[in-house]
Amino acid sequence: MSDAALKDKAHHAGFLKNNLREYGMLISLFAIMIFFEVVTNGTLMRPLNLTNLVLQNSYIVIMALGMLLVIVTGHIDLSVGSVAGFIGAVAAVLMVKYGVHYIPATLICLVLGGLIGAAQGYWVAYFRIPSFIVTLAGMLVFKGLALAILAGQSVGPFPPTFQKLSSGFIPELAPGVGGLYLTSLAVGTVLAMVLVWLNFRGRARQEAHHVATEPYGFFVAKNVLLFGIIVYFAYLIASHRGMPNVLVIMTALIALYAFITTRTTIGRQIYAVGGNEKAAKLSGIKTERLTFLTFVNMGVLAALAGLVFAARLNTATPKAGLGFELDVIAACFIGGASAYGGVGRVGGAVIGALIMGVMNNGMSILGIGIDYQQVIKGLVLLGAVCLDVYNQKRS
Amino acid sequence: MERAMNALLKMQGISKHFTGVKALSDVTFTVEPGEIHALVGENGAGKSTLMKVLSGVYPHGSYEGAIVFDGEERRFGDITASEALGIIIIHQELALIPLMSIAENIFIANPPGRFGVIDRASVHRRTKELLAKVGLDESPDTLVTNIGVGKQQLVEIAKALSKKVRLLILDEPTASLSEKDSAALLDLLLEFKAQGIASILISHKLNEVSKVADRITVLRDGRTVDTLDCHQGAVEEDRIIAKMVDRDLEHRYPKREPRIGEPIFKVTDWSAFHPLHSDRQVIKNVDFEVRRGEIVGIAGLMGAGRTEFAMSVFGRSWGQKITGRAEMDGREVDLSTVRRAIDAGLAYVTEDRKHLGLLLAEDIRKNVTLANLPAIAPGRIIDDIKELRVASDYRGRMHIRCHSVFQETGKLSGGNQQKVVLSKWLFTDPKVLILDEPTRGIDVGAKYEIYCIINELAEAGKGVVMISSEMPELLGICDRICVMNEGAFVGEFPGAEATQEKIMRAIMRKGEQHPMEALA
Repeated sequence: MSDAALKDKAHHAGFLKNNLREYGMLISLFAIMIFFEVVTNGTLMRPLNLTNLVLQNSYIVIMALGMLLVIVTGHIDLSVGSVAGFIGAVAAVLMVKYGVHYIPATLICLVLGGLIGAAQGYWVAYFRIPSFIVTLAGMLVFKGLALAILAGQSVGPFPPTFQKLSSGFIPELAPGVGGLYLTSLAVGTVLAMVLVWLNFRGRARQEAHHVATEPYGFFVAKNVLLFGIIVYFAYLIASHRGMPNVLVIMTALIALYAFITTRTTIGRQIYAVGGNEKAAKLSGIKTERLTFLTFVNMGVLAALAGLVFAARLNTATPKAGLGFELDVIAACFIGGASAYGGVGRVGGAVIGALIMGVMNNGMSILGIGIDYQQVIKGLVLLGAVCLDVYNQKRS
Repeated sequence: MERAMNALLKMQGISKHFTGVKALSDVTFTVEPGEIHALVGENGAGKSTLMKVLSGVYPHGSYEGAIVFDGEERRFGDITASEALGIIIIHQELALIPLMSIAENIFIANPPGRFGVIDRASVHRRTKELLAKVGLDESPDTLVTNIGVGKQQLVEIAKALSKKVRLLILDEPTASLSEKDSAALLDLLLEFKAQGIASILISHKLNEVSKVADRITVLRDGRTVDTLDCHQGAVEEDRIIAKMVDRDLEHRYPKREPRIGEPIFKVTDWSAFHPLHSDRQVIKNVDFEVRRGEIVGIAGLMGAGRTEFAMSVFGRSWGQKITGRAEMDGREVDLSTVRRAIDAGLAYVTEDRKHLGLLLAEDIRKNVTLANLPAIAPGRIIDDIKELRVASDYRGRMHIRCHSVFQETGKLSGGNQQKVVLSKWLFTDPKVLILDEPTRGIDVGAKYEIYCIINELAEAGKGVVMISSEMPELLGICDRICVMNEGAFVGEFPGAEATQEKIMRAIMRKGEQHPMEALA
C-alpha cells in the first residue's frame, strides 16, 4: 500500500472516530428500527404504520424543536404539555362553540401561545427566577385553565378543513399508478435531490477554499445513503395515502430550525448564552432578550403542537397534552443536548423524538403493556445520556 | 541542622505544574513547632499553590517533592487527610454558610451527637467556649450573615480550633479587615503561639508581618528566594521588598519607541457602588485618561478596585449607581451597555478568561467572531467561509498554537486561550483596549508574545490600558503607571521614573501614612 493510501485510510478512521458521537444517535435509531422491523415481522415499516408513526409523533417533534433552544440556553420548559392542551381547548371553544373561521382561530391560538411563552420567559429572563419553577407553575396554571374553559367536558368535532391539518394529505396532481401516490413520491424525490445538491454545493465551496475536513469517499457514501433513505421513505409513504400535511409542516420546521441554529447570528448567540452566559454578555450579546425569545418561540410551537393534536383527535379533551413535556424533554436529551446548556442539535432532537416514537409504536405492536413501555423508555433515556457523558469524559 | 530535625513541617523540593505553566519549582519550606512563619511574595508567586499542596487540595501525585509532618512523610489525598493531622487552612474567601448560625457553621462537618442526631446543648456550650477563646462576643445562634467580615474571620478560626489544630494556615486574613480587627487577629496568633500552635501567615501587609512573624520566607516566580530570621536583628521592609521583586527586566520585555498622540479615551468623576451593598462606594470619583499610542498601566493589589473600575466602564458590567462622563476622541459616548461600549470603540479583555472570556466548549473560530458577528454575517446569515478566513487569519497573526481553528478552546494552553480572547477583541476593531491581567497564568514564552502584541497595538495608534498585579511587567512595557488603592488613584509615575520599590511602597504603606507622602 502506498504511503498516501495508508495516510488516507488512517484519515478515514480518525474522522469516523471523531464524529462517532454525531452519527451515533442516527445509528442507534436505525438499529432500533431494524430491531422492531424484525421482531414485529415487518409491521413497523408497513406504509400504513409508517404514516401513523409520523402522525403520532408530529407534535412531539414540533415541540422538541422549541425545547431544544430552551435547553441550549440552559433552561427547561415543563409547561409545554399543559400549554398544548390549553391551546387545543381554546381552539375548540373558538371554532366549535363560537363558530370562528379556522384561519383566524388558528392565528389567535398561535399568538396566544407566543404570549404564554412571553409571560413565562419574562420571569425567567429578566427576573432570573429558575425556569424549572416558573414553568412548573405554568404547567399547573394551564392544565387548570384548560379544564376550566372546557368545563370538564370534551369539545368537538372540529370543522373538516381544520381536521385536515393532521388527518389531511397533500393533494394529488396526477392519477395514481398501481396504488402509488405519484405527487408524494415526486415531492420526496425532489427534496432528496435538493438536499444532496446543497451538500455538494457546500462541499465545492469548502474545497475551493481548501477547508474540507470530511474524507471525500465518506462524503459521497453519506449522500448516497441519505438520498436512498429519503426516496425509500417517500415511496413507502406514497404507497399508503400519500404525504400527510403535517409531515410537510414538520419537515419545513425542521429545515428552518436547523438553518437558524447553525447558520444565523441569532442561533450562534443562543448557543453562546448557554455555553457561557457571562462571557456572552461581555461580548455584547443581549442574553436576557435571547432567553426571553426562546420561551416565546417555545410557546408558539407548543400552541402549534396543541392544534395538531386537537385536529388529530378531532376533539379537545381536558386530558390532552398530559405528559407531553416528558417525551419532548426526553427527546432532546436522547438527542445529545446537554442539561447544562450550550450543546444540542436540531437533528439530534428530531432523532431523539423518532427513537421515542419508534419505541412506543414498536412496543405497542408487540403488545407490551403501557406499564413496561414506560420502564423501558426510562431506561433508554438514562442509558443514552450516560453513554453521552461517558463519551465526553473519554475524549 | 538540629532545628530542622525537630521541624513540625518540612516541605522539600516541591514542584507543581499546571498545563504549560510551572507554578512551583523546587520549593523548600519548614515550620518549627510553635512558630509564626510568614510567607510573602507578589501575586502569582506561588504562595497559595504551595499551601494547596500542603493541605491536600492538590493531592499527592499531582506534585513532586515530599511533605514531612511530625517526622513522617505524608501523602495527603484530600483536605480531610491533612485536617485529621491538625493542619487547618483558612482561605482568603471565607468558606462560611451565610444563612446558618455561628454554631452550625463551626460544627458543620462533624457535630457532636449520637446516631446522627445533633446534641444541640453540647453544640451551644462548645461554641461558647470556642468563641471565648477567640475573643468573639456573639451568641452562637447569630446568623453568620449578620456579623461583619472581621468577626466572620474569627468564626473561621474558632471553627479551626474546634478541630485539633497543630498548624494554622491563614491566607491573607487581614486583607478585608479594619486596623482594629487586624490587630486583634494578630494578637490572637501570638496567643496561639504561646499555646504551642504554629501558624503560617500569608500576607501582603509587611508591617504586620514584621510585627508578629518569627521567620519570613519570600517566594518569587514559584521559587524560594530566601528565609529571613526575625530574631537576628530587625528585618526591614525594604529588604523584603527587594527580595520579592525581580530586578532583571532587561530581556523579558520587547523594546518599543513610544509615539504618543492626543488623548483618545477619557473618563471623569467616575463612581460605582457595590452590586449587593448599595451604600458601599467601590469606585470613588475617579479621573482617568489614555492617549493614542500609549500604554497605561494600573497597579494595585487584588481588591483595590481595578477590575471593578474597568468593568463598570465597559458597559456597566459591574456594580450599580454608576455615574461619570466618558469621552472617546473628544466626544461624549454612551457606555451604558456592553454593545454600546463595543460600538464606541472600547474592548475589555477579562482577567478571568475561563469564566468570563471564552466559550470553552466551542472552537477557536466561534470564539474569535463572537463579539463581532455582523462582520461575518451579512443579513444575519453567517458566511462560514468568511468566518473561517477571519479565524485562520488571527490564528496566524497571533501565533495561536492549535491543530486547527476547529479545536475546542477549553483544550488549549493558557497562553493560547489568551490569544483567542485577544483575537476576539481585536476583531471588533477597538480604539481602546483594557487588558485585565493579560498574562496571568501563562508561561514566560507566551508572555513575551503577548507583550509584543500589546506593543503592536500601541504602535497602531490604539490606546492600551493594562491592569496587572505583576509590577515588573508594568515597568517593562508601560509608558505611564497609575496606582490604585481602595477605589481611587493614589499615585502616578511616568514609566521611566517608576520603580517597583516606589509602587510597592505606595501600595503597602497606604494604611500607615498618606500615600502621596509615600511617593515623595
